[in-house]
This record gives sequence, C-alpha cells and structure tokens, in this order.
Amino acid sequence: MRLSPSRRKPHPDSFAIALLRAVLACTVFVAMAQTDLLFAQTDTESGWFNADRTQALVLGIVLTGAILLYVVLAASGRPLFIRKIAGLETVEEAVGRATEMGKPILYVPGLNDMDEVQTIASMNLLGHLATIIAGYDSRLHVPVRKSLVMSVARETVQQSYLSAGRPDAYQEDDIHYVSDAQFAYAAAVDGIIVRERPAACFYLGGFYAESLILAETGNSIGAIQIAGTARPPQLPFFVAACDYTLIGEELFAASAYLSKEPRMLGSLKGQDAGKGIAIVFILAGSALATLESVTGNETVREVSQIVLWLFR
Amino acid sequence: MRIPDSILHIDRRIIFLLIGAAVCIPLILQPRFQDSPTPIVQSIFDTVERLPSGSRVFLSFDYGPDTAPELDPMAKALVRHTMTRGHEVSFFTLFPEGLGQIKKITDNLLPVEFPEKAYGRDFVNLGYKAGLGGAINTMVVNFRTLINADAEGTPLDDLPMTADVDEMVDYAIILSLTAGDPGLKEWIQFAGDIAGIPVMGGGTAVVAPELYPYYPQQLVGLMGGLKGASEYESALVDRYPAYRNATMDATMRMGPQVVTHVLIVLLILLGNLAYFFGRSGRPGRNDRTDRADQADRRR
Amino acid sequence: MRRKIPLIITFIIGVVLVTGYFVTRGPFNTLYESFSDYFAIITVFAFILGGGSLLKIHLKRVSNRSTDWPYSVVTLAGFLVTLVIGLFKVGNPDGMGGEILAAGSWLRFLFDGVYNPLSATMFSLLAFFVASASYRAFRARTKEATILLSAAMVILLGRTPVGAWLTAWMPEILGFLELPNLANWIMAWPNTAGQRAIMIGIALGVIATSLRIILGIERNYLGRRE
Repeated sequence: MRLSPSRRKPHPDSFAIALLRAVLACTVFVAMAQTDLLFAQTDTESGWFNADRTQALVLGIVLTGAILLYVVLAASGRPLFIRKIAGLETVEEAVGRATEMGKPILYVPGLNDMDEVQTIASMNLLGHLATIIAGYDSRLHVPVRKSLVMSVARETVQQSYLSAGRPDAYQEDDIHYVSDAQFAYAAAVDGIIVRERPAACFYLGGFYAESLILAETGNSIGAIQIAGTARPPQLPFFVAACDYTLIGEELFAASAYLSKEPRMLGSLKGQDAGKGIAIVFILAGSALATLESVTGNETVREVSQIVLWLFR
Repeated sequence: MRIPDSILHIDRRIIFLLIGAAVCIPLILQPRFQDSPTPIVQSIFDTVERLPSGSRVFLSFDYGPDTAPELDPMAKALVRHTMTRGHEVSFFTLFPEGLGQIKKITDNLLPVEFPEKAYGRDFVNLGYKAGLGGAINTMVVNFRTLINADAEGTPLDDLPMTADVDEMVDYAIILSLTAGDPGLKEWIQFAGDIAGIPVMGGGTAVVAPELYPYYPQQLVGLMGGLKGASEYESALVDRYPAYRNATMDATMRMGPQVVTHVLIVLLILLGNLAYFFGRSGRPGRNDRTDRADQADRRR
Repeated sequence: MRRKIPLIITFIIGVVLVTGYFVTRGPFNTLYESFSDYFAIITVFAFILGGGSLLKIHLKRVSNRSTDWPYSVVTLAGFLVTLVIGLFKVGNPDGMGGEILAAGSWLRFLFDGVYNPLSATMFSLLAFFVASASYRAFRARTKEATILLSAAMVILLGRTPVGAWLTAWMPEILGFLELPNLANWIMAWPNTAGQRAIMIGIALGVIATSLRIILGIERNYLGRRE
C-alpha cells in the first residue's frame, strides 16, 4: 500500500497540536535525563530520577523518537510503503459475504478490560468494521465480558453508524454484557455461534484458553474467521482454526492500516524502524559476544558490557 | 489409490468420541508411567530443597477451578515439599477464584498430611487481592499497604509467622501457579526483576511456551502442564520415598495424557495419508485451511 | 468539547504516568497504584451497567417469547440466585459477618458444586477441539507446514513417557535425538526465539499504539464526536 500526498492531506491544526504534545512529552524526559541534580540511586532518595531505569529511558526515547519521526514525515506528505496484511484485506469480503447470506457478523473483543492496550486496539478496529457493516446493512453482534468494554463498544459502534449515515441501523442491544467468568463467557459465545450461525466471526483482542473453543465452534459452522491477539500462546490455536490471523503487532497495526490516515500509517512505519533497531542490537550483541569469547579482547569486552548494560 | 472423502473430512464427532475413549479408559485402568525430572523442573525442586529450613516461601495460586486439573497437582507437590522441608508458606492469589483453590489445600491436604502444622505459625492464607500486576507492584513498593491482614482479617502482626514480614524481600522465593494473566510473567516483571526475589513455578501447558524466554535468567524453573507436575512428583518421590505410596495426581493423570497424545499423533498421520493419497481428487469445498494456505501464499 | 476534554485528560495522565515510572518521589512514584485503584473502583460501578444490560436483554427475550427464550430463564435464574446469595450471604453459617466462601455456606456450595464443574467442563472441551483442529490443520501441504507438523509430532510424543520409551534404544552418542531431548530443544531454542521475536513486535506495537493514544492521533475508541 502506497499513500501519496495528493490522496490524503493531514489536518494542519491537529498535526500542530500533536507535534506540540510530542515536543512537550520529549522535553519532560530529556530535562529529567540531562539534569544531573535529578539523578539518584533508588535507595538513597537524594534525587528525583530513578537511575536504575536509565536503560528504559534511553530505549524509550530512541523508540519513541523513531515513531514520532515517521509520524511527522508521514504528516508532511511523504509517501510510505506499508506491506499488505491479508487478514485485513479480507474484512470487506467477509462483511459482503454476510450480507449476501443474510446472516449476522460476530465480533468478540477478547477477555480483557479497557486497561489493556489490546482491548483499546480492538475497539479502534471495531469502529472501522462497524463503518463497513453499516454501509452493507448487515447486523453486528458484539457479546462482551467486561461492562466498561460494553460501554466503549456501544459508543464506538454508534459513532461509526452515525458517520456512515445509518444511525437508524444501530441496535444498542446487539452489544451486550454476558459474564465476567471466562468459561461462562466462552459458553455463551459458543451458544450464539451455534444458534445464530454468523457468516463471519472476528476474534480480536486479548484471548486465553477459550480461543480454540470459540474458533473451532466458528469453524464448525463454516464461518469466515479473522482473529488477532497479542497473546502468543493463543496464536497457534487461531492459526489452526481461523482463515486469517493477525499475529501480535498486526493487531495494533490494524486500526492504522484500515484508517489509511497518514499519521497513523507513519506510526506503523516507526514501529518497523523500532524493529530494525532491535535487529541491529541483536546482531551486534551476538557478534560482540562471539568475538569476546573467541578473541578475549579487552575493548570488545567493554563494548559488549555497554550493550549488555543497555538491556539489563 | 483414492482415499474416500469421508476419511479426508472425517466427522469431528468421531474424533471427539475417540478422544473421550482415550481419556476415560486410562482413567479406569490407571496405568502408571514413570517419569524423571527435566532440568527446568529439577531447578525448582533443588531451590526449594536447598533453602534453609524455616525459610519464608510465597505461593501464589493464580488460577481458578477451570485449570485446576492441571495446576492442582503442582500445588499439592509444592505444598508437600515445602512443608516437608519445614518452610513457612504464605498462600496468596491474584484470581478471585483462587481463594477456593487455596481452601482445598488448607482444608483438605494440610490437616490430613501435616496435622502438626499450625495456621499462623507454619502457613498463612493472605487471600485474594485485586489489581492484577498493579497489586504485585504495590506489594513490592510497600507490602503492608496492600496486605496488612490475612484472608480472615487477622492482622499480620498477630500471626507469629508474618509478624516481622514488612517487605516482599522478606520472602526467600516466590512460587506462582499460572493460568494466564496475571501470573508468572507479572511476578517476574514486577517482583523478580525489580526486587530481585527468585521467581519460579508452574503454568498450564498452553501458557508454558510463553514463559520459556524467561528461563533461566529471570525464571528459576518452570513446570509446564501436567507433565511438569508429574516430573516434580517423581523428583519428590525420589528424594522422599515416604511419598511413594501417596496419591500423586499428576502421575495418575499422565495415563490419559499419554494415550491422548498418541491418538492425536495417529490422527495427524491418518489425516496426512488421506491428504496425500486423496490429493489428486478435488479439494473439499469448504476446506477453510486450504483457503488460509492460499491466503498465506498470497502474502 | 466532549471529545477534546477526554483527549486532554488522556494526554496529561499518559505523560504523568510515564514520567512517574522514572521518578523516585511521591506523588509520581505511587501514581500507577493510585490509578489502578481508581480503575478497580470504576470497574465495580461499571458492573451495574453490565448486570443491567444482562437483565434487560434476557427479560425482553422472555417477555417477547423470542427464539430460545427458555435459555434466558436459566440465565436470569442463575444470575439472580447467585447475586442474592452472595450479596446477602444467604445460608452463611456465620451470617453477614462471615467469610464470603465459608465452609458450609450456600455460596461455597454453588462455587464447588456448580461453578467449579461447569468451568472445568468448558476447559476440558479444549482436548476435543485440539484433536479436531490438529487433524484438520497439521497437513504437510508446504515445506513450512511440514516443519510445523514434524515439530508438533516431536513435542506431542516427547512430552510423554512414550517418547522416552520409543527412543530409549538409541546409543548414548545419539542421545540428543531422543524424543524428550528433542522436544526440550525445540521448546528451549526455536520456540524461545519465535516467542521473543513476537514479544518484541508486540512491545513495539504497544508503544506505537500508546503513543497514538497519548498524542490523540488515535481516537476511534472515544466514540461519539461533537
């Protein structure tokens, strides 16, 4: 996907505000890091800065800087290449299929509450999906495990239906609370799948042992299934039972990918830059450790210690 | 040679029936499979074993009844080991349902197998605390802010075992039995890494692969699923032969696990044979995995 | 304004909490715990919304005699009975002052006799679904799928005593090829490498998403616009 500046232009006001915020946030970090008076060991409590977390600060600034740089570049209109994510390319096809079959679409936002980034990512994705569904005039069914998630999902979907010009199609009761208990929730969602036989099932968010129970039930009714989670243990289950799986970081990228908004895509590119930095450090660390053991050189040992300190 | 479609797309109910039989028959016949501890399990055993008698051990039951069949055997083995070694154990949970799991140990196992052990002197139930990973963080920053009384509301100062527990670092080790979040990962991140307390424990077979990256630097040892529990039980029996006649849950339950694993391997082989010999024929109309493969290739 | 105020609050709280991670003194260093407490309090009150939604939907289904309405009766009965017994400690031997899960209490009976077995039953379904998913998914269609399939076979057999028994005949020099050793090797090396790569990707994703939220670039989750 390549986004040219002529297709999307950043909103100048919002960009300026975002940049101002970024500068302010960076200033706070840098000011604290640079002022010697602030440095102190945790136990002495003579200063304000926790020197034990210097590494986290350095890495935080590097990664944040990379992401912000690409946000700024994207906002200035520079075209960015973003690789295709098959699972997200199929979203519209899945919604269209549900409309043709006259069956509902099931969206499961995972088990976590709103204090989990995965759930926020899922809500962002739900917003985009609801806009597509509103356009197709299909029914969206969202059973949730947490009351706060229900409130946020209702607000998000209602807004999507409004922006799609279909406020009348929004049904509040289709987004409802089921149970806080993990397997009571899984049993209820399984029941919904078997009774309503949705044409498409989306499992996007934080999932645990119920992932395969849900995905296999969805598979048994022949639904198109798209899943995504940042819980690595559940990924194999989703890969085995679903048509498409968003692996870890792809879940967080999904909203930006679907929005096609330049600054959002810029943050994705920044994420890739962060990955590049990680790869460089992994290779450098491996090479240094190997060299150190082979040569026993003092300089190599010292450089190796610095890299080790950074990731201690 | 053509394999009929019925084998290529075998009815899942037949598979369910076979699995049901593979679980039930060994449960009835109770075959025993001797296990031996792998290094990742042995290191937990050795750590508990090497601690001086009377050391304070923090045991967190981070699971509910759903995963109890897999994690209860670990809990029993750890409690037996720590009690035999004479350690002082504080039970705790980050799961509201974990209270019920602790009760099973304090009400059923301890009075029967260790009648001489007294509440408040040898073990204590610190109960459930909300706040997930944040609760661990609070305990590390200021233990008494979060926990000032046991599960019954008795002040810690009134219990001989906990009267001088003021900080998390007063515990020699942290053991967690993990079914998900929060669990061992959070104990490592918020307690092990920050306060330097050795963290170890067990997780369900599903959770275990996620915890391997922390071993051995941040995680002393790990029992993965029923197999991990069975290995710990065998280490316990080897060291303390008195347990040879005790009921070892994990060892008993390994029977169904072994038969089920073998059955799944046979099913996978059958599926592949059917796939290869039936490949010249048409693919199944609704074979979603075929479609996912095509999608992967497109990527 | 309805959208701007939450964005400003998000930005300020985000920056303050990140700052608090690096600061040793109060109130910054305790803000995370304080906000966790606030979140827990809000969650408790939010349950009223959830409970209300559950009651409303199922009462509506029962009163309209919608499809499968008897299931709603079961749900309502289960919800109300547990709520009343738990809230008012009905059948608790020590009365209202007693421990919530006291031995012999009705709630303990519900926990041990209903909740425990039902939860364990649902969890145990995994064994059945793992088998059916394995049968369908583990097919040597491509080179990558074949590697995955082989690793799965080694782990499945290596994690049981059968694995040791099957390869016990191997000479000592080939000990690393014994199934339990191979299974441990796969878990300790390829699995760990893959897990770490995914974890690094997730961590970067979390940072990027958090930044988008703190900076107000991502605002879909806030719902309604002005």
